[in-house]
Amino acid sequence: MRVPLLRVENLHTYYGHVHALKGIDLEVEEGEIVTLIGANGAGKSTTLRTISGLVRPREGRIEFNGHVLNQMPAHKIVQLGICHVPEGRRIFTTLTVMENLMMGAYTLRDKGTIRENLRRVFDLFPRLAERKNQLGGTLSGGEQQMLTIGRALMSQPRLLLLDEPSLGLAPMLVRAIFETIREINARGTTILLVEQNARAALKIAHRAYVLETGRVVLAGPAQELMRDERVRKAYLGER
Amino acid sequence: MVSLRARLRQVPPLGWQVGLLALAILLPLPLNDYYRSVLWRTGIYAILGLSLNIIVGYAGLFQLGHAAFYALGAYTSALLNLHFDVPLVLTWPVSILVAAVFGYLISRPILHLRGDYLCIVTIAFGEVVRLALVNNIFGITGGANGLSGMDQTVIFGLTLRSPLHHYYLVLFFLVLTLVAVRRLENSRLGRAWMYVREDEMAAEAMGVDTTRAKLLAFVLGSGWAGLAGALYVARIPVVSPDLARFIESVVMFCIVVLGGTGSIPGVFVGTLGMITLPEIFRFLKTWRDAWMGGAMVAMMIARPEGLWPSRRIRMEIREEE
Repeated sequence: MRVPLLRVENLHTYYGHVHALKGIDLEVEEGEIVTLIGANGAGKSTTLRTISGLVRPREGRIEFNGHVLNQMPAHKIVQLGICHVPEGRRIFTTLTVMENLMMGAYTLRDKGTIRENLRRVFDLFPRLAERKNQLGGTLSGGEQQMLTIGRALMSQPRLLLLDEPSLGLAPMLVRAIFETIREINARGTTILLVEQNARAALKIAHRAYVLETGRVVLAGPAQELMRDERVRKAYLGER
Repeated sequence: MVSLRARLRQVPPLGWQVGLLALAILLPLPLNDYYRSVLWRTGIYAILGLSLNIIVGYAGLFQLGHAAFYALGAYTSALLNLHFDVPLVLTWPVSILVAAVFGYLISRPILHLRGDYLCIVTIAFGEVVRLALVNNIFGITGGANGLSGMDQTVIFGLTLRSPLHHYYLVLFFLVLTLVAVRRLENSRLGRAWMYVREDEMAAEAMGVDTTRAKLLAFVLGSGWAGLAGALYVARIPVVSPDLARFIESVVMFCIVVLGGTGSIPGVFVGTLGMITLPEIFRFLKTWRDAWMGGAMVAMMIARPEGLWPSRRIRMEIREEE
C-alpha cells in the first residue's frame, strides 16, 4: 500500500472555546493537487493553519513524510518541506521583490541552492525577474500574489499549502493564477489548495474534500465531485 | 557649484567613521571636567539607547522597564565588589550575564503578548525590581540608600581617576557596541527581527523561529543594559534604587523613539536631545519632563518616524498613513 505524503486523522482544533475543526480526516499523495472547498467558516483555512503549525490541534494526528507534526513548532515544519501561503497576500511592501524572495529562503543556508531556487522562481514568474528591484508595495494585486507564491517556492517545499490564492483578483488574473498552480504541480510540487472559487479549484485538482462546519462531508476525485448534485447546488451556484 | 550636502555624500563611510571617532577622542580635551562628565553620561545613555534599540527598534517589542536591567547590572557589579572583593573590571561580564538571565526569565512567559500588553508587563517588572531594591531584598541591597564604597576601577594596573579616563572607558565600550549592533543588523538574526516586526505570522509561515528571535532580542538588549549599569558603577561608587525608576525607562524609550526607532544615528540624536542638552542647558533640566513630553508630541506630529530614521522604518510608518 502506498503511504500518502500527508495524512491527517481526526483533527480537532479550537480557537478558545470555539470548536473549529471537529475531526477532519484527509490524505494528500505525492504529486497531487488536492483542494478543500466549502463555505466561509467551514474550517478550510484552519485546516491549513493546523497543518503548518500556526495553530495547535487539541486532538488528532498529522503525519507528513514519516514525521508527526502535531506539536512541532511552525519553523520546524517549514524545514521538513511544508510551506504555507497564508490568505491575503502577506508580502512585505517596504522590501524589494528580491528581498521578499530571499525571505522565503530564510531556512536555507547554501548559496548555491538559493540561487538555483531563485532561477526556478524567475523561470516560473518572468514578471518578478523584471521587477526584482521594485518595492513589493508597488506591484499590482496579481503580481503580489505571484510574489507570495514565489516566496513560498524559494524554500523548495515538497508540499505547498495555498490559502485562497485567487482572493480579490480580476477574473483574467484568477485564470492565470490557477494556470500557474497547475504548472507548479507539473514541475513536481504537491499542492493542498483552499478555495472559495470551487469551480476553478475543482478544474485543476485531482481530488477534493468538501468541508462543512468543521467536518468533511464529501470527498472524492475532483471530476466526480463536479458532477455531484449536492456540490453543484451548494458550491457551483446551480439550481 | 557642488552643494555642501552633495560634497558630504562623497565622503566614503570609512572616512565618516574615522572622522567621528577622532572627534569623539579629541572633543573632551579642551573641555573642563564638568563637560567631560556630561560626555560620559551621554556615552552611557547612548549604550543604553543602542541596547534598547535592539528590543524596540529591531524586534519591534515594547519595553518600558529597561532601567531595571541597567540597575541589575549596576547592583551586580557593586555587590560582587563589596562582598567578594572582586575587582570591578571582572564584575562586568557577570553584570552582563545577570541582566541577560533576568531578561530571559522575564520575557520568556510574556513573549506572546502583543504591543500594549507587553508594555504594561515590562513597566510592572521595572517597578518590581525597584521596589525589591528599596525593600532591601535578601538584606543585601541596602534599601532606599543603596550601596556605596566600591573600589576604584583599575585596568591593567591603571587606576581610572578623572572624568576623562572614564569618558574614554565608556567611549571604548560605545564603539564596541556600535560594531556589534551594526553586525547584528545585517545578520540572519537581524533579518529575522525585521520579518517579525513587519509581519509575525508571515515570518512564522516562512520558517522563522519567531519566539527565539524575540527572546534573543530581549536577552541581548537586557544584557547590554547590564553592562551600562556596570560602567556607571565603575565611576560612581554609589548605587541606589533610583537607577530603576520608571522615568529612567521612559527616558531610554524616548531616546530610541525621538531619534528614530531602529536607527543607530537616531539613538545618538535622541541621547543628545534627552540627556546632553538638558545637562548643558539647566532650564531644560528643570523642565525636563515638560521638555521630554513636548519634544515627543512635536515629533509625533511633525516627524513620526523620528529625527534621523532608518530608511526602512520611515517607509513602514509613512505607508500606514
